[in-house]
Amino acid sequence: MDGITFELLGLQLFTGLALGAIYVLLAVGLSLIFGMLTVVNFAHGAFFMVGAYAGFSVYRVLPNFWVCLVFVPLATGTLGMLAERVLVRPLYGRGLDYPLLLTFGLAYVMVELVRIGFGKQGFPFDTPALLQGSADIGVGQFPLYRLFVIGVTALVLGGLWFFIEKTSFGLIVRAGARDPHIVRILGIDVGRVWLLVFGLGTGIAGLGGFLAAPMQGISPEMGAPVLIVAFVVTVVGGMGSLVGAVAAGLLVGVVESLAVLFFPEAAKVSMFVIMALVLLVRPQGLFGRAGLMN
Amino acid sequence: MNTSVLAMPARHPAAIIALLAHHRVLATIGVLLVFPWLMPNPSVASTILIYAVFALGFNFLFGYMGMLSFGHAAFLGVGGYTAGILIAHFQLRWWLAIPAAVVLAALVALAIGVLAIRTRGIYFAMVTLALSQCVYFAVYQLPLSGGENGLRGVNLDQVGPAALHISLLDPHTKYYFFLCFAALAFGLVSRFLASPFGGVVEAVRENESRVRACGFDVERTKLLAFVLSGAICGLAGALSAIHLSSVAIESLNYETSGLVVMICLLGGMGTFFGPFVGALLFLLVQDLFSLWTEHWQLYVGVVFMGFVLFFPKGVWGTLLEKCNVQ
Repeated sequence: MDGITFELLGLQLFTGLALGAIYVLLAVGLSLIFGMLTVVNFAHGAFFMVGAYAGFSVYRVLPNFWVCLVFVPLATGTLGMLAERVLVRPLYGRGLDYPLLLTFGLAYVMVELVRIGFGKQGFPFDTPALLQGSADIGVGQFPLYRLFVIGVTALVLGGLWFFIEKTSFGLIVRAGARDPHIVRILGIDVGRVWLLVFGLGTGIAGLGGFLAAPMQGISPEMGAPVLIVAFVVTVVGGMGSLVGAVAAGLLVGVVESLAVLFFPEAAKVSMFVIMALVLLVRPQGLFGRAGLMN
Repeated sequence: MNTSVLAMPARHPAAIIALLAHHRVLATIGVLLVFPWLMPNPSVASTILIYAVFALGFNFLFGYMGMLSFGHAAFLGVGGYTAGILIAHFQLRWWLAIPAAVVLAALVALAIGVLAIRTRGIYFAMVTLALSQCVYFAVYQLPLSGGENGLRGVNLDQVGPAALHISLLDPHTKYYFFLCFAALAFGLVSRFLASPFGGVVEAVRENESRVRACGFDVERTKLLAFVLSGAICGLAGALSAIHLSSVAIESLNYETSGLVVMICLLGGMGTFFGPFVGALLFLLVQDLFSLWTEHWQLYVGVVFMGFVLFFPKGVWGTLLEKCNVQ
């Protein structure tokens, strides 16, 4: 193991955190939607991709990264709400498999529509001028943009925590996840809460896609591999648990980027090994499913 | 058996269907025997037949047991690569290569099943998807698999003793060669479904905790069903390798897993003939749309969503329901 210094290890650790931050953004939305609606959103990766393309097209018209950063989650969230209202809602009460199958078909359609609109080829996406360059983080120079991704993810998570734990709407969300029947009996329109939660989850996924764009470019197929990672993360962390999604997302990101250093050929398989171990020891995931934000 | 039924026009159509359903394997084989003559060419018929076997294996798990796996591409791929590598690199005889493919696919199904069965419901779909992706990466890096280019040169021109001159270069002969295996698979699944084990399988779909309370070992039933399902998909993979003379790495992709879910739902999950109807419709729709647009996936996706929303029983399932057959 010559040439692997403490600095290299530290840098790779931070690279893993940035990678993990993207996974966390996806997994949190997936977990939130599942916790509330018991829907596994197979189109989550497609929303991730649509977010990247939405940012890309706005950026072409109005080259301002910050405007895009606000616009993208709103646009993908609205699209998500539309999908929930029109397509997923008729399937409630018909078993868990049907919404899953429907969103699988929806992902197919979304990917193909993007191919029609933007072509099959991907595009590179430049890091905004302000975030180019690197910063000293104690163990060496680290790309500024990746630090920014970690920062934005932390902000989103903080906002989400505040929203769910401290606002009265968040109280309804938590109650709805525990027992939608009682919430409905208390006179609350659960359908509207579900709609908003679906919008929130897909909006965060879209933001994740936009944030990932400068690191990997954009292509119509970018959502699929990331969706599989998000599944692994939710299984490892525990379905419906936001803390689990955060912890497992960062864990998977860090392990993947450290595996690149030590066993490059096994890097892609590393997360599946983690998942297999967790399934053998704790099938319900590290943070169980004891409820939302628990 | 079925021809004598068709010769009695006085009988009610539902009674005919019921009788056909009673002899489902014979009826299916009867249809499959004339099938290539109804298709534009026998090569398409072979492709549909292979997809039907793939969907048959998947349907056993999804339709009859109610377990939605998104990882069945792994078994198709392992079957295909095993048979392909044995024939292309080791010049093994087909009658050894095909069973070897089935056995290896069953072993991979056992390994994935042991892990995946610890989870339930929706978790199961996600875990099988993730583990099949793991198989994808593993095969991708295998030196013999050809990596990104896939495996080529799986040539099998002649089967049987040399004196018989059974040449697979003739597409009709090839189809009937595949049909022998397909018939075996259909018969096997039918036999399993009719057995007490099949009863437990369907009972698990209806009410798992009750089956457990009755004293059945649900985990073992699930694992056995999973392995059987994987073995049949492995057979489909081996046949596909011989049919195409190659194995594409895409056959291991998650999209292949999604494909078989679509075929199964389109045809009618939990029905015996549904997988074949689904494979036929899916490939015809795909061919039809790809004639005038390269974006056939869009239409396939829309049709699929329409079925999920409005015809969850699929074409064959809805037809059976209309004729009041179970």
